Amino acid sequence: MVHTFRRLGSNIAVDTESGAVHVLSPVAYKMLSYIKPPLTQDMPVSLRYSLAKYDSSGVEEAYEELYSLYERGELFSDAIPLGDISKALSTRIKSMCLHVSHDCNMRCRYCFADCGGYVRERTLMSQKTGKRALDFLIEKSGGVRNLEVDFFGGEPLLNFDVVREITRYGRELEAKHGKNIRFTLTTNGSLLDDESIDFINAEMSNVVLSIDGRQQVNDYMRPFEDGSGSYETIIPKYKKLVERRGDGEYYVRGTFTRRNLDFATDVLHLVDLGFSAVSVEPVVLPQESEYSIRKEDLPVIIAEYEKLALEYIARAKAGRPFTFFHFIIDLDGGPCAIKRAKGCGSGCEYVAVTPDGSIYPCHQFAGEEKFKIGNIFDGVIDENIRNTFAHCNLIENPTCADCWAKYYCGGGCAANNFHMEGDIMKPYSIACELERARVEFALAIKAALAK
Amino acid sequence: MKHVKTLNTKTYASRAIGSGCGECQASCQSACKTSCTVGNQRCERRVDENTTKKNQNTGK
Repeated sequence: MVHTFRRLGSNIAVDTESGAVHVLSPVAYKMLSYIKPPLTQDMPVSLRYSLAKYDSSGVEEAYEELYSLYERGELFSDAIPLGDISKALSTRIKSMCLHVSHDCNMRCRYCFADCGGYVRERTLMSQKTGKRALDFLIEKSGGVRNLEVDFFGGEPLLNFDVVREITRYGRELEAKHGKNIRFTLTTNGSLLDDESIDFINAEMSNVVLSIDGRQQVNDYMRPFEDGSGSYETIIPKYKKLVERRGDGEYYVRGTFTRRNLDFATDVLHLVDLGFSAVSVEPVVLPQESEYSIRKEDLPVIIAEYEKLALEYIARAKAGRPFTFFHFIIDLDGGPCAIKRAKGCGSGCEYVAVTPDGSIYPCHQFAGEEKFKIGNIFDGVIDENIRNTFAHCNLIENPTCADCWAKYYCGGGCAANNFHMEGDIMKPYSIACELERARVEFALAIKAALAK
Repeated sequence: MKHVKTLNTKTYASRAIGSGCGECQASCQSACKTSCTVGNQRCERRVDENTTKKNQNTGK
């Protein structure tokens, strides 16, 4: 499968199965719309007529070059023989979203977690449950050395003492079992102080700092319980954390909704505040919500990604680069083909554990009984549910199998699929369209910076 | 080449066999927590190889 597109002034061809990305001259780009595999060494005569407006020697040269890509397996390449991905997925758990707090001091209008309550009552995870969750992770991790634990909520810093104790316990387990646990934390920032900042910077391999961008955007969507805005409280705390963090990884992470489809301005606002690693993502809410992204919004959103991409290039060329999560693509060193095919691993390699010790396929399924996989105390896993998620992969999903962007996306989000389309295997179409557009811009940025 | 500039030097096929070790980060644990993407993830083996090479070069 070959996908061609024009973005940011470049003609680009993606050879889906090999992952090769080619920037093409106008004649080579046009030629790709006329040729199909198998290619012959001699150029088909019909191309001379189809491409009559181009110089004939240029047409011949372009064909020779495209044919050499074809010979090397970088154009119209065959599918990668990946075997049964579901077996690769179902054997171990290596990544855990630990819901240390089902409570929150903010009332974000788009919150999928029912403002921290996760459909049920507001609770905090006990130290005992948190430690048992880590034991469970170690038990189920098999031979995998690198494990991940994300402290999540609600707001995890409402339960900071437990976060600290679980982390300390995790360090003990690492030494005892020869594991490397990467702790991360996702916070709304309101409770950060010197003590928690220093702890996070010392112990968390990544920290995700929630904020939506401009003050008026953030304060409307992310108010405190009393309705007041959170921007002025969190900005100085985030600045302090990032300043003290040095080279440590972090992201300021926002959500855009129908109310701020001009979200590139929010991304650049955060960059201009001094945050160099930014992720701002589309909200996922039912169509009837006033904040939801709808199909008719897509042209505006895609134009906004283009605006952001142009600024991304301009600042990179001016020696002031920043990182936008969805524009990062490592064309040479990215993940292996199997990782690309199995995607996020929710319900298999990746699970979420709630304050009462229940296990769910991921944080977005927390509280939904029909997806409960088990609990950490008896360690018994519902293999039927787990198996269902093991089949959520590129090879077995017919919609994904035919998509040119599948190896960049990994099959999307099962939770979004379920909540928006009613089936974990049915790709959420709006997310797919946005992902494809973002990948095109990410590749076009690579092309522009390679000029 | 005059008409084609390939942006990458490696294809997926060259990394397909013997991989899937599971040591890399779950994609949802990176920065998103809502929208999945794997194209921006790192291969843990490559990170390890590069670290080893770097340490060898610096005599560590």
